[in-house]
Amino acid sequence: MDKKVIVSLRDIFFDYGNEVILNGINLDIYDKEFITLLGPSGCGKTTTLRIIGGFIDPKSGDVFFEEERINDLPPYKRNVNTVFQKYALFPHLNVYDNIAFGLRLKKMTKAEIENKVKHMLAIVDLKGYEKRKINNLSGGQQQRVAIARALVCDPDVVLLDEPLGALDLKLRKDMQIELKKIQQKTKKTFVYVTHDQEEALTMSDRVVVMNNGAIAQIGTPADIYNEPANAFVADFIGEANILNGIMLEDCRVNILGHELKCVDKGFPKNSPVDVVIRPEDIEVVSPDDSVLVGTVEDTIFKGVHYEMSVKCNKCQWIIHSTVAQKVGSTIGMTVDPYNIHIMPKMFLLPNNEIFTTVLYSDEEANTITVTIEDNEIEIPERYFEEGTKLHIILPPTGLHIAGDGVGDLDEVYIESVIWKGEHNEIILESDERKWLMQSDQDEQVATYVPISFDFSKATFNVIEEEGEADED
Amino acid sequence: MKTKKTAYPYLLWMLLFTIVPIGMVIYYAFTDESGNFTFEMFVNASDYSQVFLYSLWIALISTFICLVLAYPLSFMISRCEEHKQSMIIMFIMVPMWMNFLLRIYAWVLILQNYGPLDTMLNFFGIDITLIGNSGATILGMVYEFLPFMILPLHTVMSKIDNSLIEAAQDLGASRFYVFKNVIFPLSVPGIISGITMVFVPTASTFLVAQYLGGTQFMIGDVIERVFQSDHHTGSAIALVLMVVILGFLVFMNRFGDEEATIV
Amino acid sequence: MKKFSHKLYFGFIMAFLYLPLIYLIAYSFNDGKTSVWKGFTLKWYVALFQDSQIMQSLYNTLLVAVLASLIATVLGTLAAIGIYNFKGGYRTIIQNVSNIPIINPEIVTGVSLMLLFTMAGTMLGFEMGFVTVLLAHIGFCTPYVILNVTPRLKRMDSSIYEAALDLGCSPVKAFFKVVLPEIMPGIFSGLLISFTYSLDDFVITYFTRGSKFQTLPIQIYTMTHQRINPKANALSAILFVVILLILVLINVRSDKEAKKTHA
Repeated sequence: MDKKVIVSLRDIFFDYGNEVILNGINLDIYDKEFITLLGPSGCGKTTTLRIIGGFIDPKSGDVFFEEERINDLPPYKRNVNTVFQKYALFPHLNVYDNIAFGLRLKKMTKAEIENKVKHMLAIVDLKGYEKRKINNLSGGQQQRVAIARALVCDPDVVLLDEPLGALDLKLRKDMQIELKKIQQKTKKTFVYVTHDQEEALTMSDRVVVMNNGAIAQIGTPADIYNEPANAFVADFIGEANILNGIMLEDCRVNILGHELKCVDKGFPKNSPVDVVIRPEDIEVVSPDDSVLVGTVEDTIFKGVHYEMSVKCNKCQWIIHSTVAQKVGSTIGMTVDPYNIHIMPKMFLLPNNEIFTTVLYSDEEANTITVTIEDNEIEIPERYFEEGTKLHIILPPTGLHIAGDGVGDLDEVYIESVIWKGEHNEIILESDERKWLMQSDQDEQVATYVPISFDFSKATFNVIEEEGEADED
Repeated sequence: MKTKKTAYPYLLWMLLFTIVPIGMVIYYAFTDESGNFTFEMFVNASDYSQVFLYSLWIALISTFICLVLAYPLSFMISRCEEHKQSMIIMFIMVPMWMNFLLRIYAWVLILQNYGPLDTMLNFFGIDITLIGNSGATILGMVYEFLPFMILPLHTVMSKIDNSLIEAAQDLGASRFYVFKNVIFPLSVPGIISGITMVFVPTASTFLVAQYLGGTQFMIGDVIERVFQSDHHTGSAIALVLMVVILGFLVFMNRFGDEEATIV
Repeated sequence: MKKFSHKLYFGFIMAFLYLPLIYLIAYSFNDGKTSVWKGFTLKWYVALFQDSQIMQSLYNTLLVAVLASLIATVLGTLAAIGIYNFKGGYRTIIQNVSNIPIINPEIVTGVSLMLLFTMAGTMLGFEMGFVTVLLAHIGFCTPYVILNVTPRLKRMDSSIYEAALDLGCSPVKAFFKVVLPEIMPGIFSGLLISFTYSLDDFVITYFTRGSKFQTLPIQIYTMTHQRINPKANALSAILFVVILLILVLINVRSDKEAKKTHA
């Protein structure tokens, strides 16, 4: 599509203290589009918005507005207006004066201001509320005033920071439709921030899914839903069965020991992959007609469909179907090859590989001490001489979330938690690297936790000294 | 709004009018008239250790009396309707706003020989001197600083929701039990700040004892007297007073924090 | 306070707080200098107003209070905004130093400033008087302004400042149009507290006034120190009425405001 780029972010990096908030964001925003930055809290979406608004400066990288670099332009000189999370209406002014605030600064005549404010009040459906005090308005009304106040200034881009977060569900749904209408009516570029995937899919022309300071995927709502770029996006947008699979060759994948047809190509032979199947894409058939056979464990009526939980080869599947199956019955499941989505693993290796050197060793106690990211960690039941270089292979089950203050690493960021049918696959990020962890517990994404290692599950390889190893 | 610069004039101000003056007190306390370093000033100051202890003792008793008087009153006020509460608090604050010398002067008039109280007691055949002793000083202190105990206590107690007390009673607590396990623990921050607000000025005030206590001066009066002739010894006494008071505040703060975490 | 015993106790405390003041005021109408009632008179009031020294002190007091409270309000408000933008440890240190004039015993602040002003005076060739008193008053008023403005700043939704910038205000304009109206109540109460503390201050003025500059509290001290002076009674009566009026007005105003916000 031949569209004009209005705002462009290039290699944006931002940190706060030791915490990296944005790590190389590249994004083009087109004129007149409704684009949504979507992601869990702490993913950097609001920071991105504030950088466009000019409230914070990126530590590095450039912001362009119609091809002009605007990094050093203060917010009051950018033709961009923001609808703030908690509205940020001026409590000492009434509705009219709030909306007229920006216009007065532009030195317009009284009549012009009145005209514009009246027009805007009509658009947001608040005629007759001019003299009302802000504190006497409902949440929905305050929301509309905030939108009117931003739009009346005729900005090129409107930034909206979770503007519906404080409203109740019913009002939120109404406002979603209304916002979309306002956007179409006013023909403005809307940059919208939310953590609500449904909201993002309903309103946007394009969705930018963010995680841990980076963009995971950009695309239309349909693209993002149907062709998620990785397991994180699939998990975050809608419901999905996400399983570990092995790509046998082009168009053939092995899941839970069964070979299935798919349409994806280009993965190396026998490479581990993530397989995503939406619950509504699974067809229930007679057990004789399918290789995937499972037992129905639970059935919940969800209004339009039934949500069933099916156990198949130790794995939990979720199926959406308009026909309910009896709990306890055995069913077969088939999936159209087009609906089996194969994606590369987010953590490329199956295990955590650690390269380190033995710092001290204690032959009597049969322990060694190694350093991992400047933490000295004692490994029991192992003995190598001091100075030995080690290559440790630690499986995902060898990591645990520790209690406060007793972890081997104190602050590790939880980047993603994905339910893989029988356990959670958790990707963690410490100062220097990422870790893969397997756990039966659910953990909160975008939080910091201490972790500890269980080296009894690890295998240790000694790296031969000097040259010999290099020589192969 | 995002700038620290607006604080710079005041930072300079604090340097000039808070830090430098205290530095000068410290300097004077450790030097003699010719500017040589010495501990002698503290030896001189130790002549007044009796007065110092007496001041702390008066402060302790006055604070205790204030607490005993104010505690039940504050609780009673805190259980009134809200508009009534602000009214009562206002009336408690009116005397506080009067010039403190005039308030002490009022007690001089009342307690003086042949004054109204003295005359009345004489009429009943009781012949005692009411003014010019520690008792009068303590009375004056309590009168001066009682509102400083009532206000913080009331602030904390008015935040104790009635439903907490009712909940405790509902769970079978007796009135004494409710007091001991609900009201008292919740009012501890108020007690702490009340004690601080009364003890500190009582221990360091001057003139109250000159007006009411006869020859029994307090440390504030001594500092004033000594300063008239000898800045160095005066600074030494002032420094000791400052250190003791700051130590007391730090102690109360610690105590308050711990209590707060228990609650 | 439903129980009789409660009312009795409340009455006792109120009597304790007010009877001395009432006695003080009543004797301003006594045609005689002792505690013996010799008939009604207004002559002490006449004498009070004819006393040019007292009138001069009143003028000085008001001048110092107005200037000190205004300057402290500007200095303190700017400081509060700046300090608000400091982070963590630095902010704690600044706030603690800023609070020193509040927590330090007044007499220590007084003598420390006296040392500073005497030394600066001999170096720069000036004597203590109006200016030094004014500086001292600004010094102890500013922390109160900061203490009143800071909570308002914290409570303010900082995004309204950003919203103003977003709508085209320059930072300075945004401050005046949006931030200032929000923190105004804090600034106002800081001003009010500064003004009253300055009016009422005796101790710090006593040490920084030099030999000639008189304020009303100093005048009260000279009037009442070690003698009976019915003019002081008359002054008390006037002050009492003024304070009562101001407090009632403030109370009515805040009552109205409370009703408005409830509506």
